[in-house]
Amino acid sequence: MREDEEQHWLAYACAMLAFSFTGFVGLYALQRMQAVLPLDPAHQGAVSPALAFDTSVSFLTNTNWQSYVPETTMSDLTQMAGLTVHNFVSAATGIALALALIRGFARRSAQGIGNFWVDLTRCVLYVLLPAAIVVALFFVWQGVPQNLGAYTHATTLEGARQVIAQGPVASQEAIKMLGTNGGGFFNANSAHPYENPTALTDLVQMLLIFAIGAGLTNVFGRMVGDERQGWAIFAVMFALFLAGAAITYSVESQGNPAFTAFRVDQAPSALQPGGNMEGKEVRFGIANSALFTTVTTDASAGAVNNMHDSLLPLAGAVPLVNIMLGEIIFGGVGSGLYGMLLFVIVAMFVAGLMVGRTPEYLGKKLEAKEVKMAMLAILVLPLSILGFTALAVVLPVGTAALGNAGPHGFSEALYAYTSATGNNGSAFAGLAADTPFWNDTLGLAMFIGRFLMIVPMLAIAGSLARKKIVPASLGTFPTTGALFVGLVVGVILVTGGLIFFPAVALGPIVEHFALLHGTLY
Amino acid sequence: MNHIRPAIVMMLAMTLLTGLAYPLAVTVIAQLAFPWQANGSLIRRHGIVVGAARIGQNFASAGYFHPRPSATTGPDPGDPARTIAVPYNGANSGGSNLGPTAKELVRHVQARAAALAAQNPAAPIPVDLVTSSASGLDPDITPAGALFQVPRVARARSLPVAVVRRLVLAHITPRLFGVIGEPHVNVLRLNLALDALARH
Repeated sequence: MREDEEQHWLAYACAMLAFSFTGFVGLYALQRMQAVLPLDPAHQGAVSPALAFDTSVSFLTNTNWQSYVPETTMSDLTQMAGLTVHNFVSAATGIALALALIRGFARRSAQGIGNFWVDLTRCVLYVLLPAAIVVALFFVWQGVPQNLGAYTHATTLEGARQVIAQGPVASQEAIKMLGTNGGGFFNANSAHPYENPTALTDLVQMLLIFAIGAGLTNVFGRMVGDERQGWAIFAVMFALFLAGAAITYSVESQGNPAFTAFRVDQAPSALQPGGNMEGKEVRFGIANSALFTTVTTDASAGAVNNMHDSLLPLAGAVPLVNIMLGEIIFGGVGSGLYGMLLFVIVAMFVAGLMVGRTPEYLGKKLEAKEVKMAMLAILVLPLSILGFTALAVVLPVGTAALGNAGPHGFSEALYAYTSATGNNGSAFAGLAADTPFWNDTLGLAMFIGRFLMIVPMLAIAGSLARKKIVPASLGTFPTTGALFVGLVVGVILVTGGLIFFPAVALGPIVEHFALLHGTLY
Repeated sequence: MNHIRPAIVMMLAMTLLTGLAYPLAVTVIAQLAFPWQANGSLIRRHGIVVGAARIGQNFASAGYFHPRPSATTGPDPGDPARTIAVPYNGANSGGSNLGPTAKELVRHVQARAAALAAQNPAAPIPVDLVTSSASGLDPDITPAGALFQVPRVARARSLPVAVVRRLVLAHITPRLFGVIGEPHVNVLRLNLALDALARH
C-alpha cells in the first residue's frame, strides 16, 4: 500500500472490515488457546466458545461488554496481547472513520475519502500510544499495579488468608479510558481500588473518556474550515451532558427511601457524603459516582466506578437514555462525532422541510440518498435494542439470567441490549450474561450496532465528497448559532424520546413509582 | 480480498507494538520508578504481607474497626462447584448488583442496621456501614462510619474513648485540594495504628 493512495468509500469500508475480521479471528483463537500459552500465572483455563465469541465481538467493536470475571477468566497474555491491542485499534478505527466522514464534508468533487491504513497507523502512533504511556505511569504513581507476578497471598490482621489479584493493570487502564473502551482488568472495573485508587485518578479517567471525543469536534471545525462549526457541535453535546449529570446527582443524593425506617442516616454532612451508597465506593461518594455514570454513558466508554444496577430508578434511567440517544454526547472516540453528524443531517432535513428548501450543511446539498442513509443508521439502534429485549423477556433462557425481579429485571435486559447495541459496554451487572443465549445475542447486537451504522455512514461520506460546494446565500440556514444547537438537541430528544419512551416507562419509571409507594420485589 | 494481507500484517504489527512492547515497557519503567505501587502497595508487618493499602480486608472482631459490607463471593472450600459469600475476596471483585426495590437488599440493610444499633444505640447509623460497596474491596469508610464504631472499639480494647477518637481523627484523608473526592478513613491503616497504640 502507498501512503498517498486515496480510497473510494467502498475500499475504505472493505479495509476496515477486513482489519476488524482479522482481529476477531486472532482474539478468538488467543482466548481459546490461552491455557497452553505463556504468561498465565493464575492458571486460567481455555475460554468457552460462546464467551470467546462474545468477548471478541465486544472488544473489536469498542464495546467492551464483559460477560466474565476477568481475574478468574483471562490470562495476562490475553489481557495484554489480545484485549489491550483491541483497546488501541478499535479506538483508532473509530477515529479513522470519523476523519473519513469529515473529509466527505470538507472535500469538493473528490472520489476518495482518505486511506484507512494510514489513518489507523497515525492514530495509534501519534495520538493513542504516546498519551497512553504517560497516563499509565501516572496511574502507577497513584497506586495502580503494573507487574507480571502471581497473585499475592496476604495474611490479614485477623489471621485469615486473602488472595489479591494483580497484573499489568496500569497499561490497560490508560488506553481503556483514552479509547473510550471501558473493559476492566477486574470485574468491578473502575470501582476496583487497583483500577481507580484515588479521587484524582477518578477525575483523570473522566477527563480521558471525554478528551478525544470532545477534541474531535474541534478537528471537525478545522477540517471544514470554520472552527465555529465544531463549537456548535460541542455545545449540543455539552448541553445534553449537563442535563444528565444534574439529574443523576439530584436523584442519588436523596438516598433510598426504603432505608429510612431503619434509622439509617443518608443525609450529607461534613462526616459523610450520604445518599444512595449501595454499590458505591466511599472515596468517590455520590458526586463523583453520579458524574462518572453520566460521563461513561455519554461517551461509549462503559467503564463504571459504581454499580449501575444499584442506582435509584430515575438515576439509572439517565445512563440508559444516554446510550439510547446513540452515544453521541461526545460519544465513543470517532463514533460519537459521526453519530452526531448523522443527527445533524436529519436536523437539517427537518429545517429544510420547514422552509421548503433543499437542506444544506457546510455547503453540501443533502439529498434523498444522504437522508435515507442517515435514517437507516439511526433506525438500526431501536431495531436491535427493542427487538432483542423483547426476545429476551419472553424466552425462559432470557429471563433465567435476570438478577432482580419486577421492573428492575426488565431494566437489566433493556440496559444489556442498549449497552451492546450502543457499543457502550457498561451493565446493570446483576444480569448473569455468561450463557450461550446471552453471549450470542449480545454479540450480534454489538455487531449490528457498530457495523450497520458504519457502512451507511461511509456511504454518506463518499457521496458528500463527490459533491460541489454551494456558496452560502441569504437563504442558507446558519449552522453555528443557538437556533442550530436547539434544533439538533430537539431532534435528538424527539427521536430518542418517541422511540424509546415506552420501554423506559416499563422499566425505570414503573420502578420509581413502586419505590415511592413502598412496593418491593 | 486484496485487503486481507495488509489486514493480517497490520494486526500482527499492532499486537507486537501495543500488546507486548507497550505493556512491557510500562512495566519496566513502573518497576524502576514506583516499585511499591507497581507491586500492589503491599503492607508488611514483621516481614509478613498483611494486606494491601488499596484493598480492603475483612474485620469481624470487636476490637478492630470494621469495613463496609462486601458482596464478593468465592468457591465453597467443601464443594468447589458451589459459590458462597466470601467478603473481601481479593480475587473476585464486585458489588451486590441489587436494585433499589429488591427485597433482598432491604432485608440485608435492615439486619445490618439492627446489629449496628445494638453496638451504639445513641447515634444514627451512617449509610456506608449498611450498604455494600461497588468493588466489594472498598478500603475506606466515611469519617462518620469510623466515629460510629469508636465506643465499641474502645470498650473491646479497654482504651479511653478520647484516645480512639483522636486516632480516627488523625486518620481522616480530606478531599484533595478541598474539592476532589470525599473524606475517608483507610480501615487497614487505622487498625494497624490501633495495634501499634495497644503495644506501647
